[in-house]
Amino acid sequence: MHYKVHVRIVPRAGLLDPQGQAVEHALTALGFREAGNVRVGKAIELSIDARSEEDARGRARAMCEKLLANPVTEDYLVEVEG
Amino acid sequence: MRKVAVIRFPGSNCDFDTLASARRVGTDAYLVWHRDTDLQGADAVLLPGGFSYGDYLRSGAIARFSPIMQAVQRFAQEGGPVLGICNGFQILCEAGMLPGALMRNARLSFVARPVALRVEQTDTAFTNRYTQGDLLRMPVAHGEGRFAADEATLRRLEAEGRVVVRYVELDGSPLKDGAINGSLNDIAGIANPEGNVVGLMPHPDRAADPALGNTDGLGFFSSMLSWAPLKGATR
Repeated sequence: MHYKVHVRIVPRAGLLDPQGQAVEHALTALGFREAGNVRVGKAIELSIDARSEEDARGRARAMCEKLLANPVTEDYLVEVEG
Repeated sequence: MRKVAVIRFPGSNCDFDTLASARRVGTDAYLVWHRDTDLQGADAVLLPGGFSYGDYLRSGAIARFSPIMQAVQRFAQEGGPVLGICNGFQILCEAGMLPGALMRNARLSFVARPVALRVEQTDTAFTNRYTQGDLLRMPVAHGEGRFAADEATLRRLEAEGRVVVRYVELDGSPLKDGAINGSLNDIAGIANPEGNVVGLMPHPDRAADPALGNTDGLGFFSSMLSWAPLKGATR
């Protein structure tokens, strides 16, 4: 069974995210004064051949631990389309 | 020591500077392609700067899975000297051969200029020709050089004397306000506990030729010739 998987990677909370800060400044300059706490990360889409949704999630998490995210600086979130 | 392997990844761009620097101190340095699996009997391994695999995903993240990196990891575990310069440092961190990570510079700009460094640790394969407290000038050229680590790791690095070089002002005084890239504790380079694996963001390979008016970085290359643990080894 093929599962479509979305992986979201964000800089770990508490770590300086200069990219997020720059985007926040730009939003403020454009008049979007309501925007705050901007963090810039990555979104990765992939399909995973797995036995179940749980299995797909587990494989995606393993991929994050090994390659997709850096455990020192980034957090990740895995979503599997049911 | 004679044989020095300079690993070349797709996107390496300091491979020849690094090769020339290693040859300048009298070694037979040669290039090894990232797809190779054999270090060809190297006595030391150098990972040069550049943008391996276009910095895709994260700097150094893909390069660490190159076939040659398995041989490099084995070599380092056996005590062989391994130096990572700039992108090479990023690769060593991604591979878990050195702790921490190199993040995007605090002020978002790519920093390319000469900086001053203070030598903090000389008991390593690549700094034993320096004296603790030596001030060195060499260029940096990186967009992602902000050293980051969790608090426990940072404390351990400092307590164990594994910060090898630190950014300072030109007169040797502490750097003002994390001025270069925002690195924790102004860390420019670190070592593993054994001192045989060293990584740094500044470029000793760009400060190792008298024709360029600065040979402050040459010590990184000459030091590997006199790394005692290796001289006594039977390998």
